[in-house]
Amino acid sequence: MSALRRREVVRALLVNRGDLLVVAGLGSTAWDCAATGDHPLTFPMWGGMGCAAVTGLGLALAQPARRVLVVTGDGEMLMGLGSLATIGVQRPANLSVVVIDNERYGETGMQKTHTAHGVDLAAMARAAGFASAVLVREASAIESLRQAVHHGAGPHFAQVKVVAEKEAITLPPREGTLLKNRFREALLGASASLQ
Amino acid sequence: MHQALSRLGFGVIGYVPDAGHKRLIELCHGDARLRTVVLSTEEEGIGLATGAWLGGAKTALLMQSSGVGNIVNALGVVRECRIPLLLVVTMRGEYGEFNPWQVPMGQATPEVLRAMGVLVQRADTADEVAVQVDAAARIAFGGYAAAAVLISQRVIGIKSFQEQAAQ
Repeated sequence: MSALRRREVVRALLVNRGDLLVVAGLGSTAWDCAATGDHPLTFPMWGGMGCAAVTGLGLALAQPARRVLVVTGDGEMLMGLGSLATIGVQRPANLSVVVIDNERYGETGMQKTHTAHGVDLAAMARAAGFASAVLVREASAIESLRQAVHHGAGPHFAQVKVVAEKEAITLPPREGTLLKNRFREALLGASASLQ
Repeated sequence: MHQALSRLGFGVIGYVPDAGHKRLIELCHGDARLRTVVLSTEEEGIGLATGAWLGGAKTALLMQSSGVGNIVNALGVVRECRIPLLLVVTMRGEYGEFNPWQVPMGQATPEVLRAMGVLVQRADTADEVAVQVDAAARIAFGGYAAAAVLISQRVIGIKSFQEQAAQ
């Protein structure tokens, strides 16, 4: 049983984020990122369950000079397992996928996910060809995960086991065009609106 | 079609293969200006295109009509965020289809796309394909929308496993 708390893990990855680009999977991980602080270069997904990791892939391919972090939940990742294989083929060195794994579907009544029954996402990512894929249960491993996300040659995958708890919901903005436009302007400049 | 995609400044091509796209996929893989991404399911292409557009790159997705069934919920993302996107769909389940299992999704394809807000164009002859792709790409990226070109099974040819089995 892990004693790690999701908000602390996400905060540790996002503080002093530099020029990191972030995609947050729908549900609790989007609230976790918002709790650390709303940011134009965080794209919280409010739908498209299963698409967070591969959205990060598209961003990483389009912006090879920038670091890209996907923060998502175990339920969301389970819905897009094939994207691990797709990322494993492309092998973008600037991409990290961090799954905050509470072994629950947190938004729908805390029902157990497959990871509660032993499904090993990190092993799947390793088998798919990620440069590194780790299972994290200890606070002592978070700093090395942060180093990998911000500096290491990826693609990296981490399955971070956290306590199954309901945190206060901190909502990011939810209008899709607003989230898209502010992200693109912050990344590409004001001329992004003319593309 | 490859020339049209290249001329229009696409950066990312995502695909689940179809025999009708075979030559185009080969050309895309051989084009250093294109990042060509094989997908394990078409739905991944919607996320791929969303992320690529956030990063400033244009995406076209190649799939067959059965794949349209795999992208329906994800199309909500491109509609809500107005992500421009070109879909090039080779049709099955119409015009002389041999395999009845292809018919339901093939027949539903245009309605399913329209129900999710995708602009739908068709190419019923070979010489229409490149111009329809060009026009669909312009309306998609001019209007921040998803646009699809459905390439008729009549263009691609009818696959007959019975005939292949008899040879």
